[in-house]
Amino acid sequence: MTAPATPHRGTDDTPGPLRRETDTVPTAPHPGTDSPSATPVRDTDDTPGPPRRETDTVPRPEGGTLSASPRPGTDTVGGTRRRRRGPRAWLAVLPLVLFAGVFFGLPLTALLLGAVTRTEPAGPGAPESATTTSLTGDHLALSLQGPYLGSLLGSVQLSALTALLGGVLGVLVAQAVVTSRSGTLRTAALTASGVLANFGGVPLAFAFIATLGISGVVTQLGDLGALGWDLYSFTGLTVVYLYFLIPLMVLVTVPALDGLRPQWREAARNAGATPWQFWRYVGLPVLAPSLLGGLVLLFGTAFAAHATAAALVGGSVPLVTLKIADALSGNVLTGQENVALALGLDMILVAALVMAVYLPLTRRSARWLR
Amino acid sequence: MPRSSGRRAAALLGAAVLTTLTAACGAAPEGPAAGPAGAKAAEATSATAFGGMKELVAAAEKEGALHVIALPPDWANYGEIIKAFQAKYPKIKIQSENPDAASADEIAAVKSRKGQDRAPDVLDLGIAFARSGAEEGLFAPYKVTAWDKIPDAQKDADGRWYNDYGGYVSIGCDAKRVPNCPKTFADLLKPEYKGKVALNGNPTKSGSAFGGVYAAALAAKGSFSDIQPGIDFFGKLRKSGNFIPVESTPATVEKGETPISIDWDYLNAGYADQFASKGVDWKVTVPADGVYAQFYSQAINKDAPHPAAARLWMEFLYSAEGQNLWLKGYARPVLLPAMTADGTADKSFVAKLPQVEGTPAFPASAELDKAKATLAEKWDKAVS
Repeated sequence: MTAPATPHRGTDDTPGPLRRETDTVPTAPHPGTDSPSATPVRDTDDTPGPPRRETDTVPRPEGGTLSASPRPGTDTVGGTRRRRRGPRAWLAVLPLVLFAGVFFGLPLTALLLGAVTRTEPAGPGAPESATTTSLTGDHLALSLQGPYLGSLLGSVQLSALTALLGGVLGVLVAQAVVTSRSGTLRTAALTASGVLANFGGVPLAFAFIATLGISGVVTQLGDLGALGWDLYSFTGLTVVYLYFLIPLMVLVTVPALDGLRPQWREAARNAGATPWQFWRYVGLPVLAPSLLGGLVLLFGTAFAAHATAAALVGGSVPLVTLKIADALSGNVLTGQENVALALGLDMILVAALVMAVYLPLTRRSARWLR
Repeated sequence: MPRSSGRRAAALLGAAVLTTLTAACGAAPEGPAAGPAGAKAAEATSATAFGGMKELVAAAEKEGALHVIALPPDWANYGEIIKAFQAKYPKIKIQSENPDAASADEIAAVKSRKGQDRAPDVLDLGIAFARSGAEEGLFAPYKVTAWDKIPDAQKDADGRWYNDYGGYVSIGCDAKRVPNCPKTFADLLKPEYKGKVALNGNPTKSGSAFGGVYAAALAAKGSFSDIQPGIDFFGKLRKSGNFIPVESTPATVEKGETPISIDWDYLNAGYADQFASKGVDWKVTVPADGVYAQFYSQAINKDAPHPAAARLWMEFLYSAEGQNLWLKGYARPVLLPAMTADGTADKSFVAKLPQVEGTPAFPASAELDKAKATLAEKWDKAVS
């Protein structure tokens, strides 16, 4: 069995009805989700009292965002299963591979090709429809210069700031929701988060214009204009992004926080740890993969957002997605399509860079969990 | 039958893999109008090549459809124009695709669906795209019956594109929220317009916003070859807080969020009509210090799946009926001077146009390119 189960079983063995009660109450709702691991646990357990044991082994949080870390039982169970699955198992994955190939691989290839090639009408004398294609680094070079570079940096700056703010605020809200005793609050907060996290684009921009724009209702009521409030700025855009990023963070961290068992905290307290020490040495290390994953998700969402910013700030906050739209589907600039593709490639590289930092960090935390 | 279903499959595949497969699709046989008549229609450079208007109508009705793209119904009265064409030629079914597309999208549609029967037949393009598309050989030359009346500066000598309608950069103003509506670009700098002035989008993307900056350049002692004063002008407006970078749309105009909007006069005049019933008193002025007019251009896709219908559409647009419909939408059709002279222009529509002092000049191709390059490089810095 793996680490998370150990403290659990340990606290279990301590007698006392109170402990037993807290043990079962928060954990009951999903019997059966973990049934494969339930059997081995019961088998190895030699203390009597089977009815309690049964519910005891269940408490893995629903769905489990922590599932990136290995689950107790998967090793042994998977071992026998794998052999039974046989060599044709890959057939089941084929549709996914095909789908990804057609809708992700091909566009990606087209993007890569477009970013590094140039197509021009063939020289005089050739038929009109003939073109020549040649390899070039011009588009990429151009995409890393002047206003294009500025937009790339602007996007990274905005995404990093909003991801960080949204991450911290989102975790605080999620912790409040998880530790609250009110089931109604929990349901309401999670439902609202689900809705708000998907509220974006032009409708969101207009909602903010109507409330916090220059002649917006709230701006007028609070006389925010005199206080220096400007919706159509970097700050304004940050606030608008947080509107959908915080709920997103709540959604992805609540399951992880649910997985942080009260027993661990109690064990830490018993051992004389302060709350700060508990968070520093137990809570945060366990949560780290989920929190980092959440931050990366927020960064990606903010980095790729376009419509909201387009409607709100036009060119006054340079963002790479706006530049791509300008070059790809505008009424002004001609012949910039390949620069747009090069900018797309730049975005992929930034995302890859973020993942390159994120993945080793998660792996480290995951190893700790093992 | 098997042939056409095969082509449809090819079209579906083409849609899925876009650029990679389109080269192969390009080799596909001609559209439904294949055969000698279709080939003839695709090469016809005037109605006489068909043997007259009657034959053109017959050939177009035989094709039975017309693909238009990027024609917003609330833009320059296109909604009514499409309806009128449909009423006049009920046998030709108009299929309107992606009404809010930009010129770049239209060109992309022509290129990526070359040779397919889903390709657009006719295009309404920004002038820069009309010129570059003609150079790339994407358009079929065709001279409408009224060809000679189109001023030389407003058409390609070979008939690959020709200006259709246009307007002036104007200042729209919500008279209920702004006590003294600005009349000129210089007025916009006044402190009383703080947080009120908007453009219709980002000038590196939106044609009308670009026109606004160009006009401001003319007002601030710039020229067609020097757009910098216009960029500086908006930089100054942004610093003083007068300029808000939000994109003005019918929604922001109605809501009062963009009480002063610099836009084409036909759009601003359209707002005035549209919102009068909702209590918005929208005034339109063409600023005397920055008179800048721009026309859009028509072109026929060289590989149009319905070549005869495409040519009939052009004849319709450049008839007195089509031109007056644009005029009704406050757009100034290219034949307006000629039609005013021979009395075919609808006087009640002309009377409603915003007043303009002086005659418009048009930038040369090279000047336009230079202005755009300067704008793309300097705009962000000026307003951020």
